[in-house]
Amino acid sequence: MTTTESGPAIASPRAGTSEPLLTVDGLGVEFRLRDATVRAVSDLNLTVRAGELLAIVGESGCGKSVLAHALLGLLPGNATTTGHAVLHEPDSEPVDLITCGQRHLARRVRGRRVGLVPQSPATALNPVRTGRRLLAETLRAHGHDRADADQLAVDVGLDPADLDRYPHELSGGMAQRLVTALALAPDPSLLIADEPTTGLDRPLVDHTLDLLRRRCDNGSAVVLITHDLAAAQRVADTVAVMYASRIVEHRDTDRLFTAPAHPYASALLDALPDRAFRPVPGDPPMLTALPPGCAFAPRCPHRTDTCASQPPPTPIADDGTVACHHPIRTGAVT
Amino acid sequence: MTSPEHLLADEVTVGYGRQVVLDGVTVRVGRDETVGLRGPSGCGKSTLVRVLALLHRPDHGQVSIDGTPVHGVRYAVPVDLRTRVAVLFQSPRAAADPRLSLDDLIAEPLRAVRTPEATVRERVAELADLVGLTADLRGRRPHAVSDGQLQRACLARALVHRPDYLLCDEATAMLDASTQAHVAAVIRDYQRTQRAGVLVITHDQTLLDHWSDRIVDLAGAARART
Repeated sequence: MTTTESGPAIASPRAGTSEPLLTVDGLGVEFRLRDATVRAVSDLNLTVRAGELLAIVGESGCGKSVLAHALLGLLPGNATTTGHAVLHEPDSEPVDLITCGQRHLARRVRGRRVGLVPQSPATALNPVRTGRRLLAETLRAHGHDRADADQLAVDVGLDPADLDRYPHELSGGMAQRLVTALALAPDPSLLIADEPTTGLDRPLVDHTLDLLRRRCDNGSAVVLITHDLAAAQRVADTVAVMYASRIVEHRDTDRLFTAPAHPYASALLDALPDRAFRPVPGDPPMLTALPPGCAFAPRCPHRTDTCASQPPPTPIADDGTVACHHPIRTGAVT
Repeated sequence: MTSPEHLLADEVTVGYGRQVVLDGVTVRVGRDETVGLRGPSGCGKSTLVRVLALLHRPDHGQVSIDGTPVHGVRYAVPVDLRTRVAVLFQSPRAAADPRLSLDDLIAEPLRAVRTPEATVRERVAELADLVGLTADLRGRRPHAVSDGQLQRACLARALVHRPDYLLCDEATAMLDASTQAHVAAVIRDYQRTQRAGVLVITHDQTLLDHWSDRIVDLAGAARART
């Protein structure tokens, strides 16, 4: 196990030169309910490059997990998706994850090319199989040698002896590490990790984060969905802040944490215990009734009349555009 | 003679089957202080909370509240004594009865001791306001609110009997930074105004440092093993 202390970010400079691996263009996800429509993801644009670790952060219910499920074709039947999310791999045809269809996703994409570490390991594991059997199935399905199971367990910080237990015999943290091992087994070029560190204590959180970081350093890409801002700061190259179904700010980790430009990003950072430890005032809006203008305006200290009526600009990672009519400008940009 | 003002687990030993989880642990939570409890996974933090919350009978040792020793657990403990300790658990989804509206969830502990309905309504409104639950949210059931909103309802429920001691077992681990800060702020205000004792358990060292007045290491709280 690594003994790295948490603290200084170990993220490498942004892998800005490499080719885009995933381009998300105008992605929208809606759920139709009997009496309302929930807009869980709105007009979302995003680029993830090979070797990049992107963290998506935001309050619960802002649409982070729905985004992950949309990219894997795992949305429930009442969901409608719009837009595109194209996976470009160097030695295969580009594939649009949104439009290519369940059959293709199941046979060619899910698990192999895009992996998922699901949010609740307890419900993701087959209860009548031991960890070893689950891993063996996954490895065999992807043509790997069976002997890899022990090594995968060690990689995720699990004692290989624990692989012989059934899911109900594992603690929450052990089950979490097992689902991580299962997602890593087929060596996907894009890994989506949805809260992969819940239930782990600090050394294991750091261990898991370092593992994800190493994957990126070896050329894979990781999308880390988390509410743990400290985790994002520690390993991510870029951070996207999501609020009420939209990305409001996406930029280099260091820039975001030192000089957030969107008032929501700034307020969220102020909630950290080692900063102001002050909650963002008010409540997030219902996703069934998003306002025409900026969704953060009712909670925002900088709001004007424009904010309520005009939709904010689309954020762009490269030039620092944020989804705000009145972004915070700091004099000393680091 | 004045009685000591603390919730005390005195040389508590607990085992599950042959496995000893707590071995002669002594932990003291005074009135008017926030004690942080840390220790690695599986060291018995949650078991200690269950013992202090009078939910689990220790094999050896004793729990006392302001010097009054507690005999038995749960309903065997007189109402006046057991309502002085409250718990906020990690997962509000697991803790909250999915059939109850948030209002009823908060009111249940009061109704359980036959509080007049007018008082119940008044107290529930007061607490919902304290934790920031709007009228619209209060009528909903757990499935229709977010984890953060549900945890705030669970916090209101925990405070409904104005406990002298509040135990928070990873109570903010599942919450985003803003909700975590909100829940922590409500608990800190309550702790100060009511001169309550609070025990905070979390893996998050930064949170522990900024929230607690002093930190107890559970590995060091056990008596030296022979």
